[in-house]
Amino acid sequence: MMEEKIYETLNEIFRDVFDDDEIVVDAKTNSDTIEDWDSLEHINLVVAIEKAFGLKFSMDEVTGMKDVGEMVEIIKARGTKLED
Amino acid sequence: MQVVKELEYPFDSANILKKKKSIRRQLLEDGTTRIRKNIAILGGSTTANVAQVLDLFLLQYGIEASFYESEYNKYYEDALFGNPDFDAFDADVIYIHTGIHNVITFPKMQDDRETIDAKLNAEFERFRAVWEKCFEKKGCTIIQNNFEYPSWRLLGNKDVSDIHGRVRFIARLNQMFADYAAETENFYIHDVNYLSARCGIDTWCDPFYWNMYKYCPAVPLIPELCFSVANIIKSVYGKNKKALVLDLDNTLWGGIVGDDGPENLAIGQESGQGETYYEFQEYLKAQKDLGILLNIDSKNEYENAIAGLNAKGSALSPEDFILIKANWDPKDRNLLEIAKELNLGEDSLVFVDDNPAERMIVSEQVPGVAVPEMGTPETYIQTLDHSGFFEVTSFSADDLSRNDMYKANIQREQMQSAFADYEDYLKNLEMTAEILPFSKEVIPRISQLTNKSNQFNLTTLRCSVADIEEMAEDENWITLYGKLVDKFGDNGVVSVLAAEIRPDHAYSLGKEAHIRLNLMSCRVLKRDMEFAMLDELVRKAKEKEVTTLVGHYLPTKKNGMVAELYTDLGFQKENDVWILDVASYQDQCKVIKIN
Repeated sequence: MMEEKIYETLNEIFRDVFDDDEIVVDAKTNSDTIEDWDSLEHINLVVAIEKAFGLKFSMDEVTGMKDVGEMVEIIKARGTKLED
Repeated sequence: MQVVKELEYPFDSANILKKKKSIRRQLLEDGTTRIRKNIAILGGSTTANVAQVLDLFLLQYGIEASFYESEYNKYYEDALFGNPDFDAFDADVIYIHTGIHNVITFPKMQDDRETIDAKLNAEFERFRAVWEKCFEKKGCTIIQNNFEYPSWRLLGNKDVSDIHGRVRFIARLNQMFADYAAETENFYIHDVNYLSARCGIDTWCDPFYWNMYKYCPAVPLIPELCFSVANIIKSVYGKNKKALVLDLDNTLWGGIVGDDGPENLAIGQESGQGETYYEFQEYLKAQKDLGILLNIDSKNEYENAIAGLNAKGSALSPEDFILIKANWDPKDRNLLEIAKELNLGEDSLVFVDDNPAERMIVSEQVPGVAVPEMGTPETYIQTLDHSGFFEVTSFSADDLSRNDMYKANIQREQMQSAFADYEDYLKNLEMTAEILPFSKEVIPRISQLTNKSNQFNLTTLRCSVADIEEMAEDENWITLYGKLVDKFGDNGVVSVLAAEIRPDHAYSLGKEAHIRLNLMSCRVLKRDMEFAMLDELVRKAKEKEVTTLVGHYLPTKKNGMVAELYTDLGFQKENDVWILDVASYQDQCKVIKIN
């Protein structure tokens, strides 16, 4: 799947979860750049991303992902079924 | 009030979780006035998403909640020992969100029967201490989760029968919770055991969410949990639906009665389709016993509609319905007429129709009415049932006979049009009333009335069962309920009066009683029952040597009809209250025989 498409989907999820239409995520976006991104919102992101891409993250992945770039790498590696 | 589709059953849980912030904004933007309630969530697991999603479903039901959330797994400590935040929180509802992870000691294989019983009692007593402390400190409604079954079974199928089995242990504990609920007012079990089975225990107990975030149920199922809890809360606050408005062709039977003829409809035991519709009819007939009013809104010739309802193999018959609108008018117009004739708000109705086009018209034309998405006939029962429209939290004898009462009302209206003089009509109703102090058997109904009545309600003071019990026992209160019977039937308990005797001589030199509760069910308006109630109140006041009655009126959006009630009853207005001199009062009711 195209990286661009993944970012597009992630961007939409971030905007919904944080209820902020200004958000534009890139590879370096992390919990320091988004103020409300705490551990409780992290799980909400995880659930929304899993649903959107039809995948399950492992516990290691959930705790390991430090920024959006790492999320995208995991999603790409899974070769997920997001329809275009 | 606008209904937010995203929150209607069957909802998309993932969508709710993702968009909960914008859904909340959308709900608050509609400008509806909502009742405000304080809800404390005492959690045995993480509660952040629980509070946020519960908030949405409650807003949808017209309840704006403020939340207190205990720290993670501090449900026991908060209840027993308190903390400044919790102590200061004036809770209306305490929801104890615990689950199987909060069971401290399970049986071990080497335990004997006595040890296991002791473990069971210790678990139960720990929870009972929480409940009783909450009642003592807050005197509010308590909702307690029971337990989901474990996701693994050491003994396999024997786990359910062997004394050491966890399944058996949980089942026994749940039974003890249920028994406590059965005998305790204001205490409700949130049946997690049932809900988790419906959602699937493995999904519910997904260890990923527990081990990573201490969430149980799994995050994707939190909307299911919250919807189910919200249904209990809205029911407690009188926000259940009250009536079903049903289509006929392909909703109550398979086929078109006008085209196919009543003898060719799919209804009864002859085919799978017939059985499916029969079961749905049976389910609706059972709803009637809960006090849900059944009505028809169908595009049909009236004669054909009746013939269809009389078709061989039906569970329902025309007598089961209060109003049958079978004509060629638009369905939304029929529905509005049904609401008007039943004296109910449109938001008390559920419209059931297999035709998506009709559903769309009704939900667009009549905001507030519930219009569930009906799928194939075999899912009708599931859809209505899981929607929780009629969640039962209290059940009174009145509910059982409500359909008969409404039917009698329709007959009364027909009789009224035959009388030129209204007083003649009232006399002809041959009314008798039972007007007596609050007593145990009617207390649940009295509480229900204080929570449901909006129009003829002078103070709109909402009272729990516990509040009413307190009034009944207090020497300084005069309490009266009124039950009204006429020649068409028993209307049940329809009026409530409660006056507080106060020593402060605010408005007179004598002993004063302030009327804190004065309300009447809409089903008996304009029957002179308010005069009969006042006659009795004055009698009781004299017994207690009260010299002055003080009437209060607190205006709301809905109670304009009683703005001048006290003047009409003969009270004198004095600033913002109304005064009645007890000594010079003479009985006013001439059309109702008392007791």
